[in-house]
Amino acid sequence: MSTTAAKPAGAGSEPGAAGQTTAGKRQLSSGRRTGKAGKVRRLTRRDKLVLGIMVGVPTLIQLLLVWLPTVFSIALSFTRWNGLDLSDLKGAGTDNYRFVVQDYPPFWPAVQHNVLWLVFLALIATPLGLLLAVLLDQNIRGTKIYQSIFFTPVMLSLALIGIIWQLFYNRDSGLLNYLLGTAGTPAAVDWFGNSNINIWAAMVAATWRHAGYVMILYLAGLKGVDPSLREAASIDGANAVQTFFRVVFPAMRPVNIVIVVITIIESLRAFDIVYVINRGTNGLELLSALVIQNLVGEGQVIGVGSALAVILLVISLIPIVFYLIRTFGKESKA
Amino acid sequence: MSTLANPIPNTTTSIVVGKNARRRHYGTHIFLTVMAIMWLIPLVWALFTALRPKADTDKFGYFSFGGSFNFDNFITAWTQGGFSKYLLNSVLITVPSVLGTLLFASMMAFAVSRVSWKFNITLLIMFTAGNLLPPQVLAAPLFEMFKHLTLPYSFSDSGNLLNTYISVIAVDTAFQIGFCTFVLSNYMKALSSDLTEAALVDGAGIWRQYWNIILPLCRPALAALGTLEVIFIYNDFFWPLLFIQSGDRLPITTAINNLQGEFLSNYNLLAAGATITVIPTLIIYLVLQRQFVAGLTLGSSKG
Repeated sequence: MSTTAAKPAGAGSEPGAAGQTTAGKRQLSSGRRTGKAGKVRRLTRRDKLVLGIMVGVPTLIQLLLVWLPTVFSIALSFTRWNGLDLSDLKGAGTDNYRFVVQDYPPFWPAVQHNVLWLVFLALIATPLGLLLAVLLDQNIRGTKIYQSIFFTPVMLSLALIGIIWQLFYNRDSGLLNYLLGTAGTPAAVDWFGNSNINIWAAMVAATWRHAGYVMILYLAGLKGVDPSLREAASIDGANAVQTFFRVVFPAMRPVNIVIVVITIIESLRAFDIVYVINRGTNGLELLSALVIQNLVGEGQVIGVGSALAVILLVISLIPIVFYLIRTFGKESKA
Repeated sequence: MSTLANPIPNTTTSIVVGKNARRRHYGTHIFLTVMAIMWLIPLVWALFTALRPKADTDKFGYFSFGGSFNFDNFITAWTQGGFSKYLLNSVLITVPSVLGTLLFASMMAFAVSRVSWKFNITLLIMFTAGNLLPPQVLAAPLFEMFKHLTLPYSFSDSGNLLNTYISVIAVDTAFQIGFCTFVLSNYMKALSSDLTEAALVDGAGIWRQYWNIILPLCRPALAALGTLEVIFIYNDFFWPLLFIQSGDRLPITTAINNLQGEFLSNYNLLAAGATITVIPTLIIYLVLQRQFVAGLTLGSSKG
């Protein structure tokens, strides 16, 4: 039943994010017309009440469970607290931040790893996804099968991906060492255990998922590009590479922005996979993992954990604000 | 790459173009096939390991075909490893979360997209931004809030919200509402205004406009988002890890991390557990692939 009902969605969204966004913009004018019909002050009292509940309940949930904790995180980062009793809460000024930056050994490695994670996703995983999308966008035989294969890891959680790759990377039982011919010899590598290389092994595993994700978004984006643009480019004498980089790629601007934001945010959110491997220690330090280590460890240094969380928050706000301006900037001006 | 580096000169005749295109696809197929095999290897290896008894892999080595192949590891994981219980926990968390998310998000999206109000954009920005935050930023305050919220023991055996399904359901819902509101509001904006205007003339109230007119028209978007959210919440590792302490209440995605510690040397059993965890997503993928992909591309804003 749901399949038939959803058919139009599949067809409608095939043209992709690009088409979707332009549709959204086109609708803006008609949306304004709706606006007139649905002005708040033209509503009856009962309707206002209904509307108040419809807006109020989700807003309350959102404020209480997302934004209030965010504010609390900032507040807690300036305190010293063991988490037991509210009366134990003591102000600590900027001590937690000073401690994190100066005296907390895993902090700078974690920052480096987060940056490395971002660079790896941006330079390897994302271009790989784009390449797969471009190749699969040509009408080659079996394109659906290829797409399904590359897309499968996107369905899996990063935690499970950590486990699956653990089986693959393991020193004694993993396939990789057998394929390299090092299994059972002293040269066998413990890919997730060796602190010099485990970050690379983890990033390869993360790429497995990220590339498929990027591929599916770009496939939708490519379908949304007006074919006449390509025709015009080829009439003007552009070759395939020129057509792609000068015409098709810029035309996918809305998708590109989404991909940039997703790539940055994924690299800041990377947590599950390193936590599954070794809780984010021994070469796999990431900011998100350090936050949790400080909250659930025996010490429970909530102030330090919150300071780390705020640092993570501030960095995350850069792509978030960039994205929000891109998405909502035009609407609020209009 | 090789295909892009081999452009078609615009001056060539159609015959050469045809030949070129054929050669191009040949190279593309080789590249894609190699990539596809590499993509499948980790999954196939997990399944291969899961199907072999530990005694056989110990005897013949993991990289061999010696010994028997059977489902014993799956049966052990399901019964002794507690996977039947974990899967039930996943269902108990996922179903209410997805339904709650869709209900609240559709109400919110209706309000901001079909009724003109000056705070519409502000609210929409707040909802969208909330979904993009790293969950770890909220971890400490949420944990402490739930810990200090005293509840009767008849309701929760921990005396507070920790170690309950409700804590995970509430936070999962709150976190996902933002994304769904964003997608649904775009979808609803695209619906003709005549629909609700006509209803308004007939004297239909806000609730009837929402429930009887707009919501049925959003069925495709709701199906796509529903599929997507089932996967997202089923795959959520972090919130149960933070809130639930008793191992037997964990959903499957988080529980498998414990299994890794319990069966440290038994990779066959771990592989079986991983495969069991993949199966529900794979079924959803095969049955509802269209909806899932539609959901992802509908709101490619997802972080």
